[in-house]
Amino acid sequence: MSEEITYREAAGAAIHDAMAADPRVFIMGEDVGHYGGTYAVTKGLLETFGPERVRDTPLSESGFTGAGIGAAMGGMRPIVEIMTVNFSLLALDQIVNNAATLRHMSGGQFNVPVVIRMATGAGRQLAAQHSHSLENWYAHVPGLRVLAPATVQDVYSMLAPALEDPDPVILFEHVMLYNRKGTLDRSAAVDLRSAAIRREGRDITLISYGGSLWKTLEAAALLAEDGIEAEVVDLRVLRPLDADTFLSSVRKTRRAVIVDEGWRTGSLAAEISAQIMEEVFWELDAPVGRVCSAEVPIPYPRHLEEAALPQVPAIIAAARAALGKQGEPA
Amino acid sequence: MPSLGADMDDGVLVEWDVKPGDRVSRGDIVAVVETQKGAIEIEIFESGTITRLLAAPGDTIAVGAPLAELDGPAATAGETEAAKAAPAPSAKAAAEPAAETLPERPAAPTIETPAVAATAREKTAPAVEAAPAAKAAPAGRVRASPAARQLAAERGIDLAGIQGTGPDGAVVRDDVAGGKAPQPAPGARPAAPTKTAETTGPARRGFDVDEMRKAIAAAMSRSKREIPHYYLSHTIDMRVASGWLDELNAQRPPEERVLIGMLLLKASALALTRFPEFNGRYENEAFAPAPAVHIGMAVAMRGGGLVAPALHDVDRLSLEELMAKARDLVARVRSGRLRSSEFTDAGITVTSLGERGVDTVFGVIYPPQVAIVGFGTVAMRALATENGVDAVPTVCATLAADHRVSDGRRGALFLREIDKLLQVPEAL
Repeated sequence: MSEEITYREAAGAAIHDAMAADPRVFIMGEDVGHYGGTYAVTKGLLETFGPERVRDTPLSESGFTGAGIGAAMGGMRPIVEIMTVNFSLLALDQIVNNAATLRHMSGGQFNVPVVIRMATGAGRQLAAQHSHSLENWYAHVPGLRVLAPATVQDVYSMLAPALEDPDPVILFEHVMLYNRKGTLDRSAAVDLRSAAIRREGRDITLISYGGSLWKTLEAAALLAEDGIEAEVVDLRVLRPLDADTFLSSVRKTRRAVIVDEGWRTGSLAAEISAQIMEEVFWELDAPVGRVCSAEVPIPYPRHLEEAALPQVPAIIAAARAALGKQGEPA
Repeated sequence: MPSLGADMDDGVLVEWDVKPGDRVSRGDIVAVVETQKGAIEIEIFESGTITRLLAAPGDTIAVGAPLAELDGPAATAGETEAAKAAPAPSAKAAAEPAAETLPERPAAPTIETPAVAATAREKTAPAVEAAPAAKAAPAGRVRASPAARQLAAERGIDLAGIQGTGPDGAVVRDDVAGGKAPQPAPGARPAAPTKTAETTGPARRGFDVDEMRKAIAAAMSRSKREIPHYYLSHTIDMRVASGWLDELNAQRPPEERVLIGMLLLKASALALTRFPEFNGRYENEAFAPAPAVHIGMAVAMRGGGLVAPALHDVDRLSLEELMAKARDLVARVRSGRLRSSEFTDAGITVTSLGERGVDTVFGVIYPPQVAIVGFGTVAMRALATENGVDAVPTVCATLAADHRVSDGRRGALFLREIDKLLQVPEAL
């Protein structure tokens, strides 16, 4: 049975349903209880599940993330909410040095089944300390699984298997997705391994994830009006990358543009581009293109913020360039 | 730097045979260049005085890049011919009559890609090649996508002549798959992808067997893929020809003797003047007959591989001249010193198995040529003659020809014509 629901509601429903299904699941983070979450994802959970399982924490990312890791090692299934990826840097030591390594360092004696959710991305005029896309920092780290649900279905359905995963999972929710509506089938299962083809096409592969997916799909629709059939790959899982899906798409289309809100240098887009070069170089008809954020701290003024981010016209231009077409569509 | 094969992207200058101040005439050998096919002597296509050498031995020079500057624009009637034969520097110029091309040329024309346009009939093809290459890749390398290169290599297609539709005019896979393949110059083996500088030692002479194998593979694969061959075979009574030649050779010292293969070549050449549909190139879905009888003579290499450099104007050579030219050609094949025009001019190939061969050879046409004539070994065989069954010298002549251009009936008449000519050896 499917319903029309916002991404915010779907994220909240996922937490609600997980907590209802398993008493080991609890959520902790800044303002998740009384305030209902910075992005109102956890609204109503305190009333339903009480302060034992919906825990407001001090403003100490390292402290409460570490507590979540400890709780996970102790047998709980904690969901840690970090307000934004920028703040998660304060918990980087806990995530990279502890969560990602303890199973390895304990010789398999301790798993860390924690799920750490955080908002990411720009577009809400939150300026340079709340707007960055640092997903690739985590996607770099062995021992972590990194998810970037872009759809209502994924943000709902990814949480349960993430909690079942015996190892730490980082789940990114792009801030521009919370108000987006989509169809949810609560009974549908999804996997945490594969990328998804969100639109089929034969001429070029556009690879994206998270908040950029919708801009990419919009660009693909506009390209289609110009006779260019773009295939759109939603990565969904940023670590481990499902290379098979994007590589087989690129084998078919022979051209690729990666749309990634991260900064270009050292980006996830760079990694994907490298894998394409390594695996399907001889199938390519054009250099791999990248549409990334400008290499500046994300600006506060709306027009500058928009200018700094990947936008539909830039995606279209990159796709056209890869196809050897100059300038604007006719 | 001339293109000595459709896939040649660059060559290494081995030596200069001229220096600034030297006067040169069309056809003079001015330099030796190392290519996939070995060291090639480069002939100049314009007359004048060398004013400046632009490359040094050891340099890798892209096809189309100037090697030297030449003073004195072609002005006389004879030199006009030379200029006509020389390649037009651009597609635009090439499309125009040669006379109009001349005034546009600078006072000190550079030596450019003479070989690809060695004759007037080839003028359009190299021009198409020159334009995109010049635009897209100043280094002389064709801008083509990896996918396009892969497909082109598989199919033995030359990328240089394909108009690219990809980024910055790059040739992409669809251009290769759908585009008409430009033909390599006749006599030039479509080569495998360029050698790296590493393997192109300027001091190296002779042939790289591996590279040659690749080039043969590409050309022969393309032939069998694109050319609908038909085959004819005809046994020729060689009593008269053998007897006549034995008598002739008996009076001569060994070094002046003529091999029977020369009779076969000459008879083929004369027959070709009457059957022009077997001598020429099939390109862009059309056949262009060759203006002269230049025959590619298949020469096997010691250590493997073969080349089929052109013997020019075979129909007009005496048997003695032909023998001398063939000896010279074979010697230079073996030493790896062929001339650029020898790689580009043949309109047909003749392969002759010689004394230690077998009865019959069925040839594979060397694209864009449209026919190959094969001669097995001349040997004593049983033949029904006017006297019953006799042991007589015979040769089995075969023709493999392109059915897009000619039909079996004409092919049969062509082989019979060779037979007829061989029955009057003194007229050869």
